[in-house]
Amino acid sequence: MAALGRPLWLLAAVAAACQPFAVTQAPPAVGATRFVVVLDAAHGGDDLGARLGNQAEKDYTLALSVKLRSLLMARGIAVVTTRESGADVDPERRAEIANRANAAACLNLHAALASANSGPAVHLFLSALSPTPDARPGAGIRLVPWRTAQSAWIRRSLALAGVLNTALTQAGITVTLGRTALTAIDSMACPALAVEIAPQRQADAQDAVSADHTAFETKVADALAAALVEWRSEGGPRRP
Amino acid sequence: MIPRHQTALFGILLLASVIMGAVLWNQMRRAHERLLRGQDSAPTQAPQVAAAEQATLMVANDADDSVGPRLLTLPLPENPEARARAVLGKLLDLYAAPDSTHPLPGGASSIAQVFLVPIADAGGKASATSPELAVVNFTNAFAAGHPSGLETESQTIRSICATLNANLPRVTQVRFLVDGQTRATLAGHADLTRTYLAADAAPRP
Repeated sequence: MAALGRPLWLLAAVAAACQPFAVTQAPPAVGATRFVVVLDAAHGGDDLGARLGNQAEKDYTLALSVKLRSLLMARGIAVVTTRESGADVDPERRAEIANRANAAACLNLHAALASANSGPAVHLFLSALSPTPDARPGAGIRLVPWRTAQSAWIRRSLALAGVLNTALTQAGITVTLGRTALTAIDSMACPALAVEIAPQRQADAQDAVSADHTAFETKVADALAAALVEWRSEGGPRRP
Repeated sequence: MIPRHQTALFGILLLASVIMGAVLWNQMRRAHERLLRGQDSAPTQAPQVAAAEQATLMVANDADDSVGPRLLTLPLPENPEARARAVLGKLLDLYAAPDSTHPLPGGASSIAQVFLVPIADAGGKASATSPELAVVNFTNAFAAGHPSGLETESQTIRSICATLNANLPRVTQVRFLVDGQTRATLAGHADLTRTYLAADAAPRP
């Protein structure tokens, strides 16, 4: 039985080694590393995303990413973006960028016209993965399955959603919170959220953005920047 | 000058062609009449009227990003797959209505089929009481016409999973196809490559 068990054990070890993993570090002490925010403008290349009037979602999110990066850098926050042009970036690559940056927060930016029966809003989405026990501080480097790396960070992502919700609500913006399955976020080993900006639909044209959408975007970008400053000041962005 | 025997041969062949044409035309006409006689336009089976039952539709509302129950009385077939298709068809009819809280095009015809597959236990066995995987097959027209957006697509998936779970409690997992094929996303956002847990989609208290 033992002779049979050894080859099986070896086979299982080889199979496990072939699985993709994300290397994640145990949460460092507060302030031990710089505070980095990853801005992930969704879509790109042939993947246009939703239509917002005459603009594709991929262009809208890129413009928002650039605007938000300026606001954050002006507040002394280091920013890493997953794309700087209209080219597409693979979801795995997006997660890889966030994980390599050891991000304190990652915002996966989306945009779509608000539904006909609702006003302008921001939709915050957590990963739909079930939370797993958090990493313990000081536990050293550990391996987590690549496709479910976010599961250990769900609680921190929920805390980040709370900070964003507070800042957006204080700015007078309607916020909804949900859960969704997104490959890029599921593989991120950091507090991560999908943020969908939903500007008002023009009343007389079903697929056009209302005239005051620029003011709404600016308000959202300002609120998100304020929230990330608050997230930094909480002192434990990477502590589970 | 054409030889006499060639003229005779040509005449014989011409006559044979005409006779063969006439025979074929006659046989075709007879076959057509035979088919018409065999075709019985009367229904072979009386249409079954399913008994009206109460169904719980988990209806999405884009205004507050919620999914809530709505009780309706519907004629529901006995067959579980037909029943699943009927409730989802009614749900999508509600979404296609002008006063919809989650506007979607298509209506009931957007669901091509719903298959229910028993989920085997750890021992690889499935029984009549095993939990089931529902495979919902959308039409391509529905996926092509679905509004693109993280919230709207997530709401559609969530309400379908919750509706299946509310009316067919054995359905614990849901997968989606479009025209019988696996597709990456519904309309650019919601992931259709994964299996959704139906219970997760139920509204939180």
